[in-house]
Amino acid sequence: MNIFNIFDTLQKIDGDAIGRLEHASRRTFMNRIGSTLAAAAVPTAFATVVNKAYAATPTALEVLNYALTLEYLENEFYEIGNNTANLIPAQYKAVFSQIGIHERNHVKFLVTALGANAVKKPTFDFTAKGAFPAFTDFPTFVTLSKAFEDTGVRAYKGQAGNLISEPLLLQYALQIHSVEARHASIARKILSKISGDKSIKSWITNDAGFPGDVYKGETSEGQVVQGGLNLPGIAGLENISFATITESFDEPLTMAEVLKIAGPFVVSL
Amino acid sequence: MKKTLSENSVSTDNEMLVKVNRRYFLRSAGVAAATGAYILGACTDHDLESDQIVELGSGDVGILNYAYALEQLEAAFYTQVLASPFIGITEEEKMILTDIRDHEIVHRQFFKAALGSAAIKGLTPNFTSIDFSNRASVLGAAKLFEDTGVQAYNGAGKFIKDAGYLLLAGKIVSVEARHAAAIRDLLMPDTAFFAGDDIVTTSDGFDVALPPVVILPSVQPFVMNRIGYSQLPV
Repeated sequence: MNIFNIFDTLQKIDGDAIGRLEHASRRTFMNRIGSTLAAAAVPTAFATVVNKAYAATPTALEVLNYALTLEYLENEFYEIGNNTANLIPAQYKAVFSQIGIHERNHVKFLVTALGANAVKKPTFDFTAKGAFPAFTDFPTFVTLSKAFEDTGVRAYKGQAGNLISEPLLLQYALQIHSVEARHASIARKILSKISGDKSIKSWITNDAGFPGDVYKGETSEGQVVQGGLNLPGIAGLENISFATITESFDEPLTMAEVLKIAGPFVVSL
Repeated sequence: MKKTLSENSVSTDNEMLVKVNRRYFLRSAGVAAATGAYILGACTDHDLESDQIVELGSGDVGILNYAYALEQLEAAFYTQVLASPFIGITEEEKMILTDIRDHEIVHRQFFKAALGSAAIKGLTPNFTSIDFSNRASVLGAAKLFEDTGVQAYNGAGKFIKDAGYLLLAGKIVSVEARHAAAIRDLLMPDTAFFAGDDIVTTSDGFDVALPPVVILPSVQPFVMNRIGYSQLPV
């Protein structure tokens, strides 16, 4: 089962769809950034989008549908959670409501941008066949929230390089990426508070955390080599712990790794 | 004598050397590598820094120096915050701010090492507008620095040509966003403020992305040195 059924989608590409993508993206872009400077950069950016989309491997669409699938998952998770009575204590309702609003709007943005090329929402089961009391136990809900947000951060990060020749789409992805990181930060803080586990901080320490796959992988959250530099050995970090160095950088996940994490929560496409 | 932002810079206090190098700098403006070594750590009682332009350079090196400058500013800020904690600081606040300080130092030292001879010098901060004894002033400034960091990295990504550098920027920006949310939650606990409507666009759930030409003038008041960015991509 491939929950990111993107290759089928790629074969359905037509000129109209690309036009819609261009139009939707431009409209949103122009609304958000009014400066002449930004506007001046638009034509080149969209030329790139169009050219790329007509090429043999339209990576941008692949990436956007991958992102959309993750956003579908997050959005439905919060939609159910926020509407389940007696799940979220009053103290934390405002936080999860805000996260829910963002995820809903991420879905809306991607669906609009992709138009006919948008993948359909899969059917989810957040209990993973009964393994998790996702909507009956608040600590479980927060644990899943934290896991989904940290996965989202790592998933978007893993795709940045695939958008390097699409400046505008890259920027959009980054703008969503950092919001996922804000979500992750607060979900981790709440989990730390309600569990009393002070080792859980707003940032990821080493490769610690549940489920393990969210924090490990090909490029583990515990790694300390950045840009070819072994950071514990460089000047000025003599008094900084290994764990702190791991906290200072978030790491990417590959599509395959994300698929493995999300798989148990997907019933069907 | 002023402290420079860089922990490792050695204060030479040699005005003549500074003057000589300043002349050299002006003659060879645009050669980033030439400006770094001798001016680094220069520090005199005369405020020569105010009329020395620290040129970030062009291309990916320019963007990395841009990030290095911002990380220098953040690291210096939190170092000062922990050196003179605000009145009534809690244990939790101290832990969070200490972690953030250390992360920013890691970022700063990473960029310094990665840039090598192309790195700009250690900048001299100007935090006179911040009351370090006052919680609201300190956390307000922290919020500004973290949100600005997020917006800066988000806006700079598309200018980076090398996929490896782009990934590195991505690895750092999400940590800045984690900081921003944590600081914001200290200011208004258990509210939507961690990713508030003042900073995340409600219609699409996007963080802001701003180009260097917008970010740099906004942080200039916090730096004594004039930062030159005419060669950065726009």
